[in-house]
Amino acid sequence: MEKVEFVVVGAGLSGLATALVLAEAGAEVLVVERGDYPGSKNVTGGRLYLGPVRSYLPDLWEEAPLERRVVKERLTMMAPGSSITAELSSERFRNPPFPSYTLLHATFDRWFADQASARGAMVISGYKVDDVLQKDGKVIGIVSSGDEIHADAVVAADGALSFMAEKTGLLKPRAAKNYAVAAKEIIELPPHVIEDRFGVENDEGTAQLFFGSLTAGIHGGGFLYTNQASLSLGLVLAIQDLMDKSGPNLSNEESAFSPHNLLEAFKDRSEIRPLIADGHSVEYSAHIIPEGGFRALPRLFTDGMLIVGDAAGFTLNLGVTVRGMDLALVSGVLAARALLRARERADFSSASLSYYETLIKESFIWEDLKTFQHMPDFLSNPRIYERYPSMACDLLEQILWVGEGTKEKLSTTILRTVRQNLFRISVLRDLFTMRKI
Amino acid sequence: MNIEAKLGLDVFKIDTEPHILIDHEICQVKCEIRYCLSICPAELYTLDPQDKVQVNFEGCLECGACFIACQHEALAWHYPRAGYGVQYRFG
Repeated sequence: MEKVEFVVVGAGLSGLATALVLAEAGAEVLVVERGDYPGSKNVTGGRLYLGPVRSYLPDLWEEAPLERRVVKERLTMMAPGSSITAELSSERFRNPPFPSYTLLHATFDRWFADQASARGAMVISGYKVDDVLQKDGKVIGIVSSGDEIHADAVVAADGALSFMAEKTGLLKPRAAKNYAVAAKEIIELPPHVIEDRFGVENDEGTAQLFFGSLTAGIHGGGFLYTNQASLSLGLVLAIQDLMDKSGPNLSNEESAFSPHNLLEAFKDRSEIRPLIADGHSVEYSAHIIPEGGFRALPRLFTDGMLIVGDAAGFTLNLGVTVRGMDLALVSGVLAARALLRARERADFSSASLSYYETLIKESFIWEDLKTFQHMPDFLSNPRIYERYPSMACDLLEQILWVGEGTKEKLSTTILRTVRQNLFRISVLRDLFTMRKI
Repeated sequence: MNIEAKLGLDVFKIDTEPHILIDHEICQVKCEIRYCLSICPAELYTLDPQDKVQVNFEGCLECGACFIACQHEALAWHYPRAGYGVQYRFG
C-alpha cells in the first residue's frame, strides 16, 4: 500500500490544473491517467476562452501550444437549402489580451502535464482506476488492478462519465436529457490554405458555430474551428432528442439520424464543402458533454473527495458560445485551493472540503451557470432548429432573389412571411421563454 | 466517407477482452427500441439474424453515449483496460 497526500484521477484540463496548483504549493500530488499519455482519451470541440482563466492561472500561456487565436466569429443559421451567416470581425479580438484560442487536446494536455510535472506533480499514464477506496463513508484512496493507493484526499477529474462521482453517490442516475454526444473530424490543410479560405493572417483563426436544419430538429449544432494546420469540424447532438427520433421499428430512415450520418450530411453542405476541399481527414472522435447546466449539477464534495471539470458538469452552452475548458481549468484551481486550506488544517472531512463549494459559488462558474440555468430548456425547443432558421433564410432569399417577371413589394414579402410563420401561439410562448435566458 | 473508413483513421489498441457486454436477456426481452443501434457515433451496434444486438467493441470511441441511452441497464460498460482502446492523437 502506498500513501500520497493527494490523488487526482484523470489528466485532463481540470485534473492537471488541480495538480499544478497543488504541486506549486509544495504538496505531494499524484495524477493517474488511463490513457497512454495525457490527452489520449480527451476530446474538445476546439476552443478555450482564456479571458476567465488568466487571473487564476497567470504566467502559463506564453509558451502554451495553442493553435490559433480567434479573431473572427461566425454564426450560421441553416435551412435545408440555404443559410445565413453573421460574421463578427473586431479589432478588439485582434489585440491582446486575446479572448480565445483554438486547441487540440492531445497536444495541449501533454504540454500541460509537463508543466504540472515541472512543478513537482507526479503524472502517471496508462493507469486506470478501478474503484474508489472508502472507509466509514470517507474516501481514502483509489484501487487499480488490486493495488491500493491511499491519500488524504482524492480529486475526481475523470470526465463527463465520472465513475468516481457515481461510485461515491455524488452523481444521481444519469438522465439522457442532461447529455449530448459530439462527433468530430480533424481535417488537415496547409496553414496558408486555411488563412486564405478563412481570411485570416498568421496565427489568427476563426470559430464558426452552426444551428438549424443540420441537426434535423435535434437540439444541438455544428462547429468549425481553425487550427494551425487542420480544421476541427463536428456536431453536437442532444442524446434524448436523438433517442426520440428512433422508432420502435428500425429502418434506414431512422439510421439517417445517427451522429455519423448527420455529420456526413453536414460536411456535404455547400457551405462546408469548399472549406474542407482537398483536406485530409486524419481523425474521427466522439465524446459526451454534460449539458444539464445548473439544475443538473451534482454535489461537489464528500468526505475526502472533490469533483472538478466535466465530472462536475461544468459546461456552459449558450448556443452562440460553448464553454467547458475554461470552467474545467478554474474548477481545478479552486479545488486545489480548497485542498491546500484543508491541508493546513489537517482536516479533509466533508465540512472542511465544503470550502470548495464556497469558492465555486464565489466564482463566475456558479454565477454564470445560475444566470443561464434556463438555457437547456430554451435550447431544447425544436423550432429553434427548424421553423425559425427556415423562415429567416427563406425570407432573405425571397428579398434577394431577382428572377423573371415582376417583383412584389418588399413589405408584402415580409408581411406574408411574418403572417405565415409568426402569428402563432407557439411564437408568443417562445418569446415569453426568451425573457428567462 | 463511410464509417469504416472514418474509424480507419483512428489509432486503436485492441484488447482481447471486450469492455462492453450486453445482457441479451434484458436487451431482447425488455428493450423494443434499441437506441444503441442509432446513437453510437461509431455505429458499432448491429442486429443479428436472431434479433440479438451485437457490439463490435474494437472500434469504440469511448464516448459512452450508448451507456447513457440504454434505458434498461442491459449494458455493462467500462472503459477499456489501461493501455487499450482508442488513442487520440489530436483530440
